[in-house]
Amino acid sequence: MAVTATDTHRTIEAVWRIESARLIASLARVVRDVGRAEELAQDALVAALEQWPVSGIPDNPAAWLMATAKHRAIDQLRRQVLHTRKEEDLTREIEQQLEAAAPAPVEEADREIDDDLLRLVFTACHPVIATEARVALTLRLLGGLTTAEIARAFLVAEPTIAQRIVRAKRALADARVPFEVPRGAELGARLSSVLEVIYLVFNEGYAATAGDDWMRPGLCEDALRLGRMLAELAPAEPEVHGLVALMEIQASRSAARVGASGEPILLLEQNRARWDHLLIRRGLAALARAEALGGSGGPYALQAAIAACHARARTAEETGWPRIVAYYDALAAIARSPVVELNRAVAVSMASGPAAGLALADALASEPALASYHHLPAVRGDLLFKLGRMGEARSAFEQAAALTRNARERHLLLERAARCRAA
Amino acid sequence: MRFMMLMIPKGYETAPPGEMPDAKAVEAMMKYNESLHKAGVLLALDGLHPPSMGARISFEGGKPRVTDGPFAEAKEVVGGYWMIQVKSRDEAIEWAKRCPGSPNEVIEVRQVQEMSDFPEDVKKAAEGFEKMQAKSGQRTRA
Repeated sequence: MAVTATDTHRTIEAVWRIESARLIASLARVVRDVGRAEELAQDALVAALEQWPVSGIPDNPAAWLMATAKHRAIDQLRRQVLHTRKEEDLTREIEQQLEAAAPAPVEEADREIDDDLLRLVFTACHPVIATEARVALTLRLLGGLTTAEIARAFLVAEPTIAQRIVRAKRALADARVPFEVPRGAELGARLSSVLEVIYLVFNEGYAATAGDDWMRPGLCEDALRLGRMLAELAPAEPEVHGLVALMEIQASRSAARVGASGEPILLLEQNRARWDHLLIRRGLAALARAEALGGSGGPYALQAAIAACHARARTAEETGWPRIVAYYDALAAIARSPVVELNRAVAVSMASGPAAGLALADALASEPALASYHHLPAVRGDLLFKLGRMGEARSAFEQAAALTRNARERHLLLERAARCRAA
Repeated sequence: MRFMMLMIPKGYETAPPGEMPDAKAVEAMMKYNESLHKAGVLLALDGLHPPSMGARISFEGGKPRVTDGPFAEAKEVVGGYWMIQVKSRDEAIEWAKRCPGSPNEVIEVRQVQEMSDFPEDVKKAAEGFEKMQAKSGQRTRA
């Protein structure tokens, strides 16, 4: 959307941010194609950009956008050349739905929109779409972000994001993915895909994999907003609350984990007075909700429980490491991954000393998945440093620095390497 | 970014102790709160008892002086607030416009200050204060 400096344009942008997901979701139910629904919504947005500066902003901007998009949909349908009887029937049915004059009672309409939103979430995160494209499509359809905003957030060229979105929509259409919420056995796997997308967005904001800044808080806020929204759409799913808890608690440390000149500050060295207690409280409440639903053993709930252990400790020294190790053990048992193992090694080093942690970290050296993961040599460097093995610590830090793509992090790692030489 | 939406109900400055909003207004407001919550923008909200149940502490001449409510000089008072997280000031305003406010009510939208908004000297002063708080264990527990 081209943004001019006028107030109306800024208002339209704000209206879009608030209304677009609901608009696209409602349209998708009727036209049965998420890609087309999004285009219709975009057309309505363009119409608003043309008309509102002249006519003024309507009293109910959401209703205006919906009515405009529906008219556009009917026009398109009427202009379409139809070949088969079946399509005619479908067209008539869709036309009737679009034109349905009597609006549903408010509460029913609200529930309907919630259902549509949930369908939209599952469709945007459908496994027929590549992960990167799922992320872009979700931010675009549900986060109300423009292609330009997504491109900026991920430090990718705008046409690249636009391409990803086009391909994602085509993949959905080609696979004839129905606009519905998966049921039964399929639900679990599909929900995991949704949660993965939201957490990917959060992590790209929380620990930027590339670029000059250590954090991009805008993406964290987008992910949190999506997560909180999903928690209301699917309140019975414990892992949704687990993910929200994890993100709220991690986000609570945002201000404390960046130093005055933009350098990263590690968890145990953070000034805990700068943690955001509103977010911690929200995170603990979400975790309690996940646990009350019987979800304390889920992977996100377990990670949130670990984050909560840190959040509850008044000082770094008060951290309950044995409990954190137990959570990591549980996590490793259900979601065995080298990254979890590495974090477990760190927790073990804190609970039982650096030598025990180093033994676990060293055992991961041959993991192909960690071959270019800078945290492994960074953790080894830290443990070797604590054991006084300065020469080995230094080369581990240097190895980590060479692997990270984040400029701030590289600087910090090289500094630690230099300190080994001085010691 | 975070915004506080401050609800300022005209007349609340002279409301008697224990005055409560009527059920119908509350119902409409609950719907609105739910829409904020469902959109994932609501961080916190609270309603406040009238000033007639409160007190003001002033510091004229460098000494605290307590005055019990109601406060004759107050022309408008806060009746409650919402804390929301949104992308822009315009979005905060757009959310405030959706509130089912009564003709006597005003919502003031104010951005919450972040540490990054402050100049260096203020940041340094705040940093020192936080360290002191952390050392003396005066911080609030989560």
